[in-house]
Formats: sequence, structure tokens, C-alpha cells
Amino acid sequence: MSTTSQAPVQQPASSGSEPIEIVRVSVPKRSARSELRAIKIVWRRELIRFANDRIRIVTMLVQPFMYLFVLGAGLQSLSRAGTHGVNFKTFIYPGILCMVVMFTAMFSAASIVWDREFGFLREMMVAPVRRSSIVIGKCLGVATVASAQGLIVLAIAGLVHVPYNVGLILGVLALQMLLAFAIGAFGLCVAIRIKQMQSFMGVMQMVVMPMYFISGAMFPASGLPGWLTVLNRLDPLAYAVDPMRRLVFSKLHISPLARHVLDPGLTWWGWHVPALLEAGVVFALGLVFLSLAIWQFSATE
Amino acid sequence: MANNSKLDSNQPAISVSKLVKRFGDFEAVKGVEFEVGQAEVFGFLGPNGAGKSTTINMLCTLLKPTSGVATVAGYDVVRERDDVRRHIGLVFQDPTLDGYLTAAQNLKLHAELYGVPSNLVQPRMEQVLKMVGLWDRKDGTVSSFSGGMRRRLEIARGLMHSPRVLFLDEPTIGLDPQTRRSIWGYIRELQQREEITIFMTTHYMDEAEWCDRIAIMDSGQIVALDTPQALRAGVGTDRVTIQTDDNDATIQALRERFDVDGKLSEGAVSFGVPAGEQFVPRLFAELGLPIRGVSVSRPSLDDVFMSFTGSTIRDAEEDPAKTRNRAMLQMMGGRR
Repeated sequence: MSTTSQAPVQQPASSGSEPIEIVRVSVPKRSARSELRAIKIVWRRELIRFANDRIRIVTMLVQPFMYLFVLGAGLQSLSRAGTHGVNFKTFIYPGILCMVVMFTAMFSAASIVWDREFGFLREMMVAPVRRSSIVIGKCLGVATVASAQGLIVLAIAGLVHVPYNVGLILGVLALQMLLAFAIGAFGLCVAIRIKQMQSFMGVMQMVVMPMYFISGAMFPASGLPGWLTVLNRLDPLAYAVDPMRRLVFSKLHISPLARHVLDPGLTWWGWHVPALLEAGVVFALGLVFLSLAIWQFSATE
Repeated sequence: MANNSKLDSNQPAISVSKLVKRFGDFEAVKGVEFEVGQAEVFGFLGPNGAGKSTTINMLCTLLKPTSGVATVAGYDVVRERDDVRRHIGLVFQDPTLDGYLTAAQNLKLHAELYGVPSNLVQPRMEQVLKMVGLWDRKDGTVSSFSGGMRRRLEIARGLMHSPRVLFLDEPTIGLDPQTRRSIWGYIRELQQREEITIFMTTHYMDEAEWCDRIAIMDSGQIVALDTPQALRAGVGTDRVTIQTDDNDATIQALRERFDVDGKLSEGAVSFGVPAGEQFVPRLFAELGLPIRGVSVSRPSLDDVFMSFTGSTIRDAEEDPAKTRNRAMLQMMGGRR
């Protein structure tokens, strides 16, 4: 029932001069493959954006480097007696390896707030794909970006007297990826409900900084006051910082006393939690947060 | 048609029956019914808050109807949501492009998200970008594009997966008149080339002229639905405006001799008569007063809107009751 139009058809300037070939395409029905493809696309978009945004790459390094070199150097003289000859920078390095991943993952997850503000989220939400695929793709993208950022901090190990060792590098990378995934999922979980960037910054201040300080990234997690011990054991980041420290310290040539004081290991009611279990805790938390994020995202709009 | 739509040629592209959307106590859409034919350009007109966006959002599966049935491209918008999505293109009122990416990257991302076969992405992209005159800007970052270019790019993106129905929610809002005209040129051309159904909303009355048929929506209901010509003819009167030296005497003479009700506006007397051109010679012959100038104008869609809703579209938007509804809608995310 196509009716002819009376409206004046104004020819656009570009057409008419050359014939445009009509290419018709069709959209396949939704399948597991199309979901995987959607995950890949959302993931790749994060990488493209990260690569395009060089300023962010640099700014995300400022804070870890400040902690490592300014705070590390500044506290060196105070802490000399306590660290039993180990450089303070070396001591906090595993914490910094976690910090850079954590901060980048949180900030990258926040990009979903931008996506919402600038409307791009809507473009993804109306596509014939599951909401969960969008969240999973986003989470993996965030994790990849944060791990890449972590790699930069790993590259400067020599500056803080940590040897370049293949086992160490691979182990650190694996832990960083795990942490990036978990924090990415956590960040998405927080960011998905937030409509404005300012609110997210507030949440960052309230959640991320306490999480970082309590995790034991800047001090050994033993001999703490009772309340802090409890908080420390509840802090997800603690389960990434501890195995990271164990891993880095295992390659250092330091006195047994120093090792005992600086790398006491995490305990549950006096039981030393194995590094693998700690990694498992991080992974499990990541899965929980991811499920929560998917559930929240599916419930909106 | 190459597309794997289950629509055959005599089915309507969009069919809506008793569609209702309620936000709490507020009924934003009150049981609308209409059909849109294949390859038709269908306009949805009305002031802000009339329920246009809510209706369009239900049709493109972003909002669940409270009750009623709607099918798009032959699929039910609730039960066959993904099938509807595969066959529709969307251009929103608010921009949804990724400003960090180039025009080509935006289109590619869209094509991949929809699963367009990879060997067809490049040729299809070339076609749609050429259609909207952006082919030479394909590697430009979107953040460097003007408002009109972005809108054109959004239209191109909405077409990437060869949809059967293209939804345009206020496609020309916030653009200057010249850009609006050229966007319309593109839309009409696309509709002809792609044999696509276009469903759009607008609150610019002059734009409705570009549509094959229009529905006028007011307070959640469709108050009129026809071709722009028929709607204008339905109003039945042309507007005659005359300049005279003595307006009061003219108004009186008009009432006595022709039984028409003249009104003074902007220093001239104007009134409505069924056939303006035929009336003018009589006017000169029988008025008995000197006439300095005369003009006859056909009824505009503004007049149409006025005759169906009792207010001009601008007045309707300034009506405090409507403003309240609008605020409520926004509060409840009804426009999203």
C-alpha cells in the first residue's frame, strides 16, 4: 500500500552524480555463535578506545608511581629498621602491581557510565544480542586493559631491585589478569546503576581507597589491631595482594627474618591460606560480581 | 526481498492494536491502533509528552506494553523481540554514536553486533555512507562531526543491516532548517532505493509534509490519521487575509454581507472560507470598502493540528497539564 508522495523530493548533493550499488544484507537468527561474536566486539571496542586514549594510559600511571617512588622513597628512612634491610620500595612493589590494576579496572568499568551518558549503551542494548554478552564483553575488555596497564608497572621491576625472572613475570601477569577480571566485574556492578560520572567518582573515593589501604598493600597483614585484621580478611583485594607479595618475595634474596616480618602470609584463624586458594577466592568473587552485574543490567530498562 | 523476513508483500509492516502503556497511575499511551504499509513513510506528530516516544519505544522493543498487541515486520514485539530487532533500524532522538571511534568503525561495530556477514560489511558500508554523503569522511573521528553529519551517520548506521523498518525518533530535532531539508532528502531517497518502511516522529509541523501518511497524537491518543493532503482538505477552509484602511468597518461589512467572522491580527483582517480563490473576486465586488492587499493561504498542518486538538502545537506544549505529564514521563524514564 505504498502511496506516492506529494512532497518535493530534494536530491541530496552527493547522489545523482554516480550510481550507488545497492547491497542487501541479512541478519542471522540469534545463536551461541552470535553471542560469542558480540562479546568479542564489545571487548575489542574497549581495546580500541584504550589504544586511542594515550592520555589515560599516562594518567593511570601517575598514582601508582607516586606511591612507589615518592611515598616509597620518603618512608624509606623511617622504615629502615622495620624492613630488616629490604628497600621500602621493594616491599610495597607487589602492592603497587595490584594497585595499578585495581585503579585502571575501576576507571575502565566506569566507562559504562559514559556509554550511558553519551547514548552508546543504548545502541548496544537494542542489538539482537543478550544483555549478558554485553556485560561479559565489557568485563573482559576492562580486564584486558587493566592487565596491559599492569604490564607497564611490571616492566619497571628492575628499578625497585626485583629480578626479571620468567616464572615471576608469568605468575604476576596471571595474578594481575585475575585481579583485573574481579575488579572489572566489581566496577561494572557498581557502575551499571549509576547515571552520572560525578556519582561514580564519589563511589570511587568511598570504596576504592579504603579497599586499597585495608588490603595490606602498604603494610604486612600481621600483628594488626583486631578490627583492622577483620576488615583486612574481608577485603577482596587482600587476597590478590598477599599471593602477589609471596610471589615477588620468593625471588628476592633477603634474610629469613625480613621474610618472616614482611611476608607473613594471610591467615584464617591462625591457618595459613595457600596462595592458590587465595587466587581462587579472587576468581570466585569475580564470578559473583559478574553475575550480579549481569543480573542488574538485565533488570534495567 | 533478500532479507529473511517472514513478511509477505501484502502484510502491513507495522500493525498495532489496543496498545496501552501505563507508568504507575499515568497512562502515557491510551490504546492506540494503526497499521503502516510496507515502503510507506509514516509520520507520528504531536507535542512533547503526547506519547510518541513511548509508542515508538514499545514498537522497537525497548519498552514492554502494559497491554495490547503490536507486530513489526511480521513479528510480535514482546514474544519475538529478537526477531523484531533483527529487522528494524533505529535512530534515536539523542545521539548514540561512539565519539572516540571513526565513522567507519562505528558502522563496522554495528554490523558485527548484528551479525552482518563479514564479506558484505565493506560493500554495504560503502553504499550507506554514499547514500548520506559521508563516504569521503569515513575515517574521520565522530567527535569532529557536526550535528547534521552525526545524524546522517546515525541514519547510515541504522541501515547497515538492511532493516525492513527504520524508526526515526525526532530525526531532525535541533538541526537548522537547511540541514533538516537535506536530511529529509536523504530519508526519501533511502526509502525509494531500499523499499524500506519509515516510521518517524516529529513535532515540526512542516516536516509532516514529507510523509505519505501521518497520525496526530495528543495526550496518548491518535486523534487523526490520513495523508497530509487529506488532513488539510479535511480542515476545509483557506485563510484569507486582507489589508484595509478601516479594519473595524471591514469586520462589520464581512459579517453583514458574507456572514464570515473576521479577526484582527497583526494589523490585518483574516478569516476562513471553504474556497479562498473563488471568494476573492466576490470580496472585491461586494465588500464596498477599499482593499489595499489580499492573500490566500491553504490550511497548514498547524491548522490541522489545531482543528483536531483545539490548540496549536506550541500552545499544547506550553499547557501546564501537559508539562506535568512530560515531567512525570521523564521521571519514570518514559522517554528512554
